[in-house]
Amino acid sequence: MAVSRSDKLPVASDGDIVAVRQRVRSLAVELGFSLVNQTKIVTAASELARNTVVHGGGGTVEIEVLVDGARRGIRLTFRDHGPGIPDLAAALRDGFTTGGGLGLGLGGARRLCNDFDLQSTPGDGTVVRIVRWR
Amino acid sequence: MADVDRIPIIKMGEFLLVSIQVDMHDRLAMTLQDDLTASIVRHQARGVLIDISSLEIVDSFIGRMLGNIAAMSRVLDAETVVVGMRPAVAITLVELGMSLPGVRTALTVERAMDMLRAAVGPAVHMGRVDGSQPE
Repeated sequence: MAVSRSDKLPVASDGDIVAVRQRVRSLAVELGFSLVNQTKIVTAASELARNTVVHGGGGTVEIEVLVDGARRGIRLTFRDHGPGIPDLAAALRDGFTTGGGLGLGLGGARRLCNDFDLQSTPGDGTVVRIVRWR
Repeated sequence: MADVDRIPIIKMGEFLLVSIQVDMHDRLAMTLQDDLTASIVRHQARGVLIDISSLEIVDSFIGRMLGNIAAMSRVLDAETVVVGMRPAVAITLVELGMSLPGVRTALTVERAMDMLRAAVGPAVHMGRVDGSQPE
């Protein structure tokens, strides 16, 4: 598996969340994702970008194109240096929220992707990495 | 995409019509929620039709906004119908974990209008359907 392209965007505001959605959408279209898979990766990106802004105090997303034989995928890595997540299992549970939302962001994003990896160090920040294959 | 700071709300008789044509940032969604609630009261609207056929995604934030609008309008004696959700959006929304409980949906504007008219019934000032007057 190789990374054929890589790009980095800031994720610090409402407007950045929209920009991330649009960038991920255009990449998914370009890579030939089905409409349902485009919608899933864009929705997951929107959830995670919002988490980065609301809970992480802003951060970045790295957007990569993965190549594995004939397979093409998109990998998104959201990084923030916010307070981190003390209880990862609880944070992934539907309905768990500290931000006044519905608590569907992390668990929901995980269901919309093929791979999901969450790492967090309290006091140091959070890294969420997802992959969706075409 | 045009940078708008408000989604227009159109009054049609006793109903309010909203068509979301832009990729909404979160603040814009909150503004719409507030504007709609105020408009229901100002126009004494009995129904709200929200067209989301242009929306390419509905994430948990937008889903929550739709649920809030439906709940708030109900408390204000108005019905809300959400129209035109794309199939890919519906699939994704359910997988995300949202089934929009409490939100009435229709596939077309015509059906949504029928639902609103049926929910609202004949206007109170016209008296009862059989022509008698309330005691």
